[in-house]
Amino acid sequence: MIRTLASALALYSIWLLLSGMFVPFLLAAGFCCAIAIKLFSRRLNAIAEETEVLELNWVKLVAYYPWLIKETVLAAWDVSKRILNPRLPISPALVEFAPSQKTDLGLVIHANSITLTPGTISVEVEHGRFLVHALTEEGALSLAGSEMDRRCAELEVV
Amino acid sequence: MLTAATLALLVTVALALARAAYGPSVFDRLQAASTIGTCAMLLLALLGFLNGRPEFLDLALTYGLLNVIGIIAVLKFIHLGRLVNKSAENVEDA
Amino acid sequence: MDILTALFMVTGCLAMLIAAIGIVRMPDLFTRMHAASKVGTVGVSCVVLAAATHFAELSVVAPVLLTIVFFLATAPVAAHMVGRAAYGTGVRMWEGTVIDEWKRRSGNPPVKPPEP
Repeated sequence: MIRTLASALALYSIWLLLSGMFVPFLLAAGFCCAIAIKLFSRRLNAIAEETEVLELNWVKLVAYYPWLIKETVLAAWDVSKRILNPRLPISPALVEFAPSQKTDLGLVIHANSITLTPGTISVEVEHGRFLVHALTEEGALSLAGSEMDRRCAELEVV
Repeated sequence: MLTAATLALLVTVALALARAAYGPSVFDRLQAASTIGTCAMLLLALLGFLNGRPEFLDLALTYGLLNVIGIIAVLKFIHLGRLVNKSAENVEDA
Repeated sequence: MDILTALFMVTGCLAMLIAAIGIVRMPDLFTRMHAASKVGTVGVSCVVLAAATHFAELSVVAPVLLTIVFFLATAPVAAHMVGRAAYGTGVRMWEGTVIDEWKRRSGNPPVKPPEP
């Protein structure tokens, strides 16, 4: 129940951010929409109620995002240089490695971050096994026990 | 500046179209289609600049989300051969 | 302010252009996905940020930040789905691939996908 209310509240705050107008009619309409979406999604059974949305270290998540954005920009710079280089200096590799996260949410965040950062894309994600495609061999070899792995593991509440 | 940005995006669309036409696999085409969708989203944002109307950003956001949903729908269709998973009664559907 | 807007916009569009060049130049599907997912994300974020610095009001900056967060969350998911589907159907990889633990495990080379 608390989670349903919390996610309805989150939906409502997204509505407020997107509308940017604080007229009573729009405020009421947004509230009705948030409740309606929660009811519909329950009817659709689309979102399991036991999802561990809240079990995350939110303070660390706030610190994690700027770091991730910085890494993404650096990765994009590196990949652009490789694309524009006439010799195309790539050495693709498909490797497996074991992430240290325990919860589904931690694994998802880690896989997402892998796709965004240094020349790597997560191809297959399972518990305790990631299959990762890397643009360069060095990128593939630096995956296990990386700083990202550590930071994502810190996000989890065990 | 706006002209240069729009031209760059149009060239991007042309290059992605070339990849979509050349293939070779269906996933390459899908990837190119997704890039074209992203470019359409950015062109919408630039249109907002041109008219001085920031409302176009909301359209761009919606377009970006629809782009992702469209790709997932196409992939599901390729994978299953249909869009509705008939056997799945509950959330466990893959 | 205008310089910042111009900088963001030109950087973003150039990034999209580089992503497209990568999509055309790269030898196989997975390497193309690198270009599209990373450089494309930065391109979108920059163009949208240009809008934020140009209009500079709360009703614009909030959707811009939401767009960036949504894009950061959804673009990798789409790339991952494409990659997983391609891996599942056995799209052929480039000959220059250095390490391929997939081939090593299954023992047989990936099959060529059916011509559409």
